[in-house]
This record gives sequence, C-alpha cells and structure tokens, in this order.
Amino acid sequence: MSISSKIVDDFVANDVSFITTVPCKQLAGVIDEVEARPEIFHIPSNKEDEGMGLCAGAFMGGKRPAIIMQNTAIGVTINTLATLTQYYRMPLPMLISYRGELREPVACQVEMAVHTKALLNQMNIPTYHFHKEEDANELDAILKYTFMCNKPVAILTDASFWGGYGDQ
Amino acid sequence: MIRSEILREIAPILHDHLVVCNIGLPSQELHMIDDNAKNFYMLGTMGLSSSIGLGLALAQDKTVISIDGDGSVLTNLGTLPTIANNVADNFILLIVDNGSYGSTGDQPTYAGKKTKLENVAKACGCENVVVCQDVDTGKVLQEAIDSKQMTIIVTKCDSGNIKLPVITMDPVVIRDRFMKAVAS
Repeated sequence: MSISSKIVDDFVANDVSFITTVPCKQLAGVIDEVEARPEIFHIPSNKEDEGMGLCAGAFMGGKRPAIIMQNTAIGVTINTLATLTQYYRMPLPMLISYRGELREPVACQVEMAVHTKALLNQMNIPTYHFHKEEDANELDAILKYTFMCNKPVAILTDASFWGGYGDQ
Repeated sequence: MIRSEILREIAPILHDHLVVCNIGLPSQELHMIDDNAKNFYMLGTMGLSSSIGLGLALAQDKTVISIDGDGSVLTNLGTLPTIANNVADNFILLIVDNGSYGSTGDQPTYAGKKTKLENVAKACGCENVVVCQDVDTGKVLQEAIDSKQMTIIVTKCDSGNIKLPVITMDPVVIRDRFMKAVAS
C-alpha cells in the first residue's frame, strides 16, 4: 500500500470527512488520494487561512475536518490559529509538507523551514515530525489525540519521509 | 441606512437561521439586537465569516447566513471562487457594502471606489448574485432563503456606526451553544 493511501486510510478510520488542501509538490499523492475517496468531502482552498475558516465551519456543523498544506502556510495562518482555532478551542489536524529540510532543492524553502518548528512551538501547537516512513504509524494516535484535546496539531512530513524529490 | 439599522430590520428573519457574523461592530450590533444561540460571533480573524459559513453549510442541512462586510470580503477575496465552485444551496452570503472599514474608523475600501464586489462574485462563477439597496435587504434576504439556492447578496448602504460595548462572552461558550443549536 502507498504511504498516501495509508495516511488517508487513517483519516477515514478516524471519521475525518472534510479536508481542505493547498497543494505542495510533496503532497500531490495524498491530495489525489483525498480527492478519490468517497468518504471525504475535498474542498481545495485558495489560501490556508481561508481553509482553516472552512474547517471551523465544518467542525461546528458536525464534521471532523483536516487541512493539508505546506509549512510556508504557518506564516500565513498564525492569526487564524490563535484567534479562531485555538480561541474557540477547535480540533484541527494539519498535515504539513515540511519543505526546506534535507534533500530540498529550492533554497528559498529553507528560509521558512528554519522558522517552522519555532513558530509552532511559540503557538503551543503539539507537533510531530515524520522523517521515516514508519513514523506514519503514529498518525492514527495523533488524530485521536487531536480530537480528544480540541487543538490544532501539526504533522510535519519532510522530503526523506516522502522519498525525496526524484531527479531535481 | 447604516449597517446597524439594516441588522435591526432583518433581525426577525435572521432569528430563525444559523448566522455567522463578521468580526467587530457587526457582531456587537447583532449581539445587542438579538443575542441567541444560533448566532456565531467572530471575535477575531477578519475575513473568514464567509469561509466559516460555507464550511458550516456544506457540513449540515440547515440554512446558514454569513454576514460579511465589503472590507472583510476584500481581505479574503479567495473565498468567492471557493464558494462558486462548492455550491451549498443552504448558504447565503450577505455582504453589507458600505464602502468602508466600519470597525476601524470608516476608512474607505476599494469596494466604495472602482471595485464592485457583485461583479467580482459573478466573475468568480457565483451564479445567484443580487444587488440591493439597504431598505430592500429584508425582502431580498427572505427571497434568497425561500429560493433554496446559494445566493450572494450585496446590499449597498451608508457608512456609519453606533457606539456599543464589546462582546465579553467567552469564545468557547459562543461556540458550544452554537454547536448545540446546529445539532438541535
């Protein structure tokens, strides 16, 4: 089974049925898998703070939401995380491609990578880092934890986890 | 009419539906006029009223009315293509367009100049876009509810504010009672 299928299986098993996405090259496979699953309503958003608004509404409507995005989005969403997701105490699993780590070919991606964990730490957001494929075995527990504590939770997935960038 | 006068006039219509209300004075005004569990007051996060409302409408069947402002829609302009491409026929976006950032001192917005949000919404693919004058808001809103079709209403009104206190209710209380009203 592909790692993307396994990740989306965990979402489905945890009744996550509303997922918004902003694409990243690393996330293409998992986004395709989200789109393909009939159990999930997939709603692409144009910006990640918009996506978090959609997720807040879906949660209040009785659905379990999730957002899939790149780590650069942490820079976009600090205000939304603080004044919406955290302030109203809502759960939000954030599957994040951790660009700018080892095997990264694009230098500019490193500029946000060096701030990513510091920002998440400053926001008191529980953060998990998937570096090897077997790290994904914790996803089921992370999702259960997220909906237990009603917090945004970050799952950083780096290039080594996804198997690198091919020929770049 | 100014926004608070419109809200006072349409409050009896809003009362029966789920309402997601924009940050700042709009929420404070609605809270003063008709506080009830079916109102979700935004205490922060400018721009996301339409996104929260759309997510809520897509997740359940009850009618959802997002009250937004021209300035807030401009802040989150990417919401309009998302709305257009994810039709929820139980969703109404009511944009109170007074051409100004009301909560921050009535600074002019581009919507009060060359930019017409109704044209933007149509260009984004929104199919039912209605422009009305302040005095007609109640009639147009009721028609949109009755139509059971997703509708964007742009109601043109005067800028201006009334003085009133901030909302001191705890956000988790607002969210919890709102979710109970959604589920009831």
